[in-house]
Amino acid sequence: MSSIQEAIKNNILILDGAMGTMLQRYNFSEEDFRGQRFKDFPHSLKGNNDLLSLTQPQAIKAVHAAYFEAGADIVETNTFSGTTIGMADYHLEDIVYELNYESAKIAREVADEFTGKNPEKPRFVAGSVGPTNRTASMSPDVNDPGYRAVTFDDLRIAYKQQVEALMDGGCDLLLVETIFDTLNAKAALFAIEEVKDERNIDIPIMVSGTITDASGRTLSGQTVEAFLVSVSHIPLLSVGFNCALGADLLKPYLQTLSHNTSFNVSAHPNAGLPNAFGEYDETPEEMQAQIKTYLDDNLVNIIGGCCGTTPEHIKLIADIAKDYKPRVSTAVM
Amino acid sequence: MAEKETRKNLVLSGLEPLIITPESLFINVGERTNVTGSRKFLRLIKEEKYEEALSIAKEQVEGGAQIIDINMDEGMLDGVYAMTKFLNLIAAEPDISRVPIMIDSSKWEIIEAGLKVVQGKSVVNSISLKEGEEAFVHHARLIKRYGAAVIVMAFDEVGQADNYERRVEICQRSYDILVNKVGFPAQDIIFDLNIFPVATGMEEHRLNALDFFRGTKWVRENLPHAHISGGVSNVSFSFRGNDTVREAMHSVFLYHAIKNGMTMGIVNPEMLTIYDEIPKDLLEHVEDVILNRRDDATERLLDFAENVKGDVKGNEKAIQEWRSGTVQERITHSLVKGVDQYIEEDVEEARLAAAKPIEVIEINLMTGMNVVGDLFGSGKMFLPQVVKSARVMKKAVAYLLPFIEASKQAGDKQGNGKILMATVKGDVHDIGKNIVSVVLACNNYEIVDLGVMVAPEKIIAAAIEHNVDIIGLSGLITPSLDEMVYLAKELDKRDIKIPIMIGGATTSRAHTAVKIAPQYRQTVIHVNDASRAVTVAGSLLNSDKKIYMASIREEYDAFRETFLNRSRDKNFLTIEQARKNKLQLDWENYTPKKPNFIGVKAIEVDVDVLVPYIDWTPFFRTWELHGKYPAILTDEVVGEQATAVFADAQAMLAVILKEKKLDAKGIYGIFPANQVNDDDIELSDENGKVLDKFLTLRQQSQKTKGAPNIALSDFIAPKDSGKTDYMGAFCVATGFGVDEWAEEFVKDLDDYNAIMVKALADRLAEAFAEYLHEKVRKEIWGYSADESLSTEDMIAETYKGIRPAPGYPACPDHLEKPTIWKLLNVEEEIGVVLTESMAMWPASAVSGYYFGNPESKYFGLGKIKEDQVVDYAKRRSISTEKAMKWLNPNIAD
Repeated sequence: MSSIQEAIKNNILILDGAMGTMLQRYNFSEEDFRGQRFKDFPHSLKGNNDLLSLTQPQAIKAVHAAYFEAGADIVETNTFSGTTIGMADYHLEDIVYELNYESAKIAREVADEFTGKNPEKPRFVAGSVGPTNRTASMSPDVNDPGYRAVTFDDLRIAYKQQVEALMDGGCDLLLVETIFDTLNAKAALFAIEEVKDERNIDIPIMVSGTITDASGRTLSGQTVEAFLVSVSHIPLLSVGFNCALGADLLKPYLQTLSHNTSFNVSAHPNAGLPNAFGEYDETPEEMQAQIKTYLDDNLVNIIGGCCGTTPEHIKLIADIAKDYKPRVSTAVM
Repeated sequence: MAEKETRKNLVLSGLEPLIITPESLFINVGERTNVTGSRKFLRLIKEEKYEEALSIAKEQVEGGAQIIDINMDEGMLDGVYAMTKFLNLIAAEPDISRVPIMIDSSKWEIIEAGLKVVQGKSVVNSISLKEGEEAFVHHARLIKRYGAAVIVMAFDEVGQADNYERRVEICQRSYDILVNKVGFPAQDIIFDLNIFPVATGMEEHRLNALDFFRGTKWVRENLPHAHISGGVSNVSFSFRGNDTVREAMHSVFLYHAIKNGMTMGIVNPEMLTIYDEIPKDLLEHVEDVILNRRDDATERLLDFAENVKGDVKGNEKAIQEWRSGTVQERITHSLVKGVDQYIEEDVEEARLAAAKPIEVIEINLMTGMNVVGDLFGSGKMFLPQVVKSARVMKKAVAYLLPFIEASKQAGDKQGNGKILMATVKGDVHDIGKNIVSVVLACNNYEIVDLGVMVAPEKIIAAAIEHNVDIIGLSGLITPSLDEMVYLAKELDKRDIKIPIMIGGATTSRAHTAVKIAPQYRQTVIHVNDASRAVTVAGSLLNSDKKIYMASIREEYDAFRETFLNRSRDKNFLTIEQARKNKLQLDWENYTPKKPNFIGVKAIEVDVDVLVPYIDWTPFFRTWELHGKYPAILTDEVVGEQATAVFADAQAMLAVILKEKKLDAKGIYGIFPANQVNDDDIELSDENGKVLDKFLTLRQQSQKTKGAPNIALSDFIAPKDSGKTDYMGAFCVATGFGVDEWAEEFVKDLDDYNAIMVKALADRLAEAFAEYLHEKVRKEIWGYSADESLSTEDMIAETYKGIRPAPGYPACPDHLEKPTIWKLLNVEEEIGVVLTESMAMWPASAVSGYYFGNPESKYFGLGKIKEDQVVDYAKRRSISTEKAMKWLNPNIAD
């Protein structure tokens, strides 16, 4: 199988779209989330999307297949909250390894199936490593700014477990994403380096931050450049942004990033901003038009979608991206 | 393309990026948030005033610092905690955290703690090959993984690079390891080439600045992409106190360093003048020194510095003026000013006037050196000047030596003692140590100087080999503190009994008392300046040394207890936890001595029996005269006064004895006793009938690992041990009739004697307690029948067993007194009554317990928590409110 490093030299790679948006269409009930295995679990499990890899694996498989069908080169595992820290809310810390391992395996199977059908277009599995619901460089208590609800070591240990399971399950690469606190991401990167070191293997890493609003900064306060500087100590496959903003609002930050880094650049924006009901209603055609401006400006090497995007969005993005050459770095930093 | 343009940028970040390109101007690193450099910052961190500490950081950023250096290396600080806490707080201040952080520590765990709390790309300051390649590689790998740049000190296993060749050698080696072995990005390597002081008066320091410049240039030309940094204020260290000269030196140094390729540095912007604004003559003198342009550059700058500081007197006139003073004034002047021109003739004059030549050293020269010590201590003299003073001193001593030799009788050749001096492992600073050595040598001590970076094994071996009387340890940098602690531990392990003197810039009385003293059963004393070293060494070696040593121990113990109680306020155990951690003595292998007497008995003695037992030191304290008896009688400051008061006391004591003015009455009891319910002591009579219970209080503050939470009851065998133990109680008084007598004096408007009589009665009561305690140990109880101690030893409390008193640190509970009164029937037997507030009347009285266990010792209860108070109230059968009221001073907030 040709590696992703080869593939990215020749083409703009297509990342999949939202998992959550697709799963919502199934309207799973509490019982569906629990499945047979967690029938008698004493706590509510509804909303724990990661758990569906164990209790409704066919649905996860179907979503992956739909994105590959739409033209994605890379799908993300269903493990956005798959750490002991994220699972603590559901009292499911004990199944974290299994959850990541099985999620990776599911994606792997689907990817291999598609690669088998068309070896010219190899498909890849990116292990999704989310930010967790705690921040290492901010205090949740306004009256005690020195307090931290989570430490670097807490995160490092939790991430290490997740990463090991994702790699055991067969991921081709790792995607540290939706970074709103760079220190959390640094802990994830530290953990990945530890695993790489211990196993004496390499695995490509994508890093994707989140610019929360028009301030142009991460939630933890860093500018685009500062964020870039803070994660560039590890050799990355790509660095980019996702979530929070639609493609149009994200563009200026992506430009800054693209201008300053010699790594590949990725973007997976939301389908616009959510409407009054919290729904994303940007159409695939609208999004395609905005992504086209990215391509015209030669900004990206990897492009996909985040919240609100569907296989229809990804299909239109893939359709247009194939006509463009991947970005070539002219970094100054 | 020019070489310059291919240079990779060094990029750092806080909330915003800092990109250091070849075109960047000098990057200045804020230095005020460094506990080793700023007393104010240190105080704020120690007192946990983080708000104010943050404002210092903020001022620096506002003042233009592009990076802020944070350093928490101080022996008394929990560096990991302080670093983490402060950086977490900085993260919440966007005005500060916008710039990158320089995590500054000589301890890896503090560096790592810092790396774990900064989201940006920071700079680690510093690592080096000092501890070998393995540690260096390990730390570099981790720093890379945490995502930081690194400052590498030009330091290796052999030592700090102090010349050009060594700088080149170490930088090349460090660079090769980092780039080739670790894969560290070359542009993230910043070398600190060690900025050393110039104009110190020492020949080997002349090239310090020039070598730095040459080294900088070499690194920039030969180690691609690497940067250069350094702590600039070091260069002017010898001009502490003269800011005009220092500022000019910093500017000149930077001017040349930047020209040679220095990219960043730790600089206090307030201590920097603009190069072009330095007056021409000052500039010339400073550049002469920095660039080593003349042999007499240092001398000339020193002289010039005098002018810069103050007025210039006509040279001739000034000489005439000081030459007309007394011989002492002239000698002092020569020493302070470092003038050796007249010293021999002045010393000769002093020698002719003195009874013995040695007195010229002990009196005239030491008086002068004390002035030097004071001036240096208060920052009013610079190091090179002190070195010059020492030179004059040496010259004077050399002149006197033949006379001293001649005046000595045959066989009377021994000096005052032998002192080992060493700068501890890992530390290269020796100026202070050398000064102390010189001063001590001048005072007829033989010095065994082991130099710098001395390994503990070597110090121990040399101490044994040379059979030294004192070990002097010096250190300037923070890690030296740990090294001293380690050494003390090792000495103790080998049962070596040599007193240690601790000195050097980072050392402190606090650190010595809290960290070093507990590791060593012998004396450890902190000596804060060279001139005091002589007095201390004298006290450690003279015939009264036991008292002196005991008083130091006592002082340090008290200090430590207070310190630990204060700093650990936040960490308390519950009373249950504290009881679980009680002191566990080995009862299995201990058989309490059955007392020769069990029961209660009154005793009356003649006052003259008590006189030898008097501890005079507290007597002087009553008169606000501080110092140890008998040294206080000859003390420079209070000696005269002390001698006068002492004479009056002796006269009155004679009256007391002759006219039998005071009665000494006492009562004691010895009882079978056992510890019950952890904190109580049950007393019974000889037939096993329970008489009463003593209630003790237990320490509740969190102890260091392995240390117990003690209560007095722990010194008594627990009931379930199956062994019968014993304890005693007593009350003695000498104050009968004192009030009336004092009243008579007051009527005659003689307050002096009114105080005197009370002070003496107090001393006699204490002496009575001491006397009776000895009698109890040797005869009445008899557990220490063969004891033979001098008064000094007794005062130094070297005997076995203790006699703590209710109301004092080990048992602050005054409500124990009624129990003693009841048990011994004190009031009826000897007439001492308890007032409502549990004070004894007459006031010159002492009451307390006797504990005979050899393991028993005095301790401070410290603060206790409410849960113990509630528990205590229940045991005492009083209301919690009442218990609160009595124990209030000991209850933690």
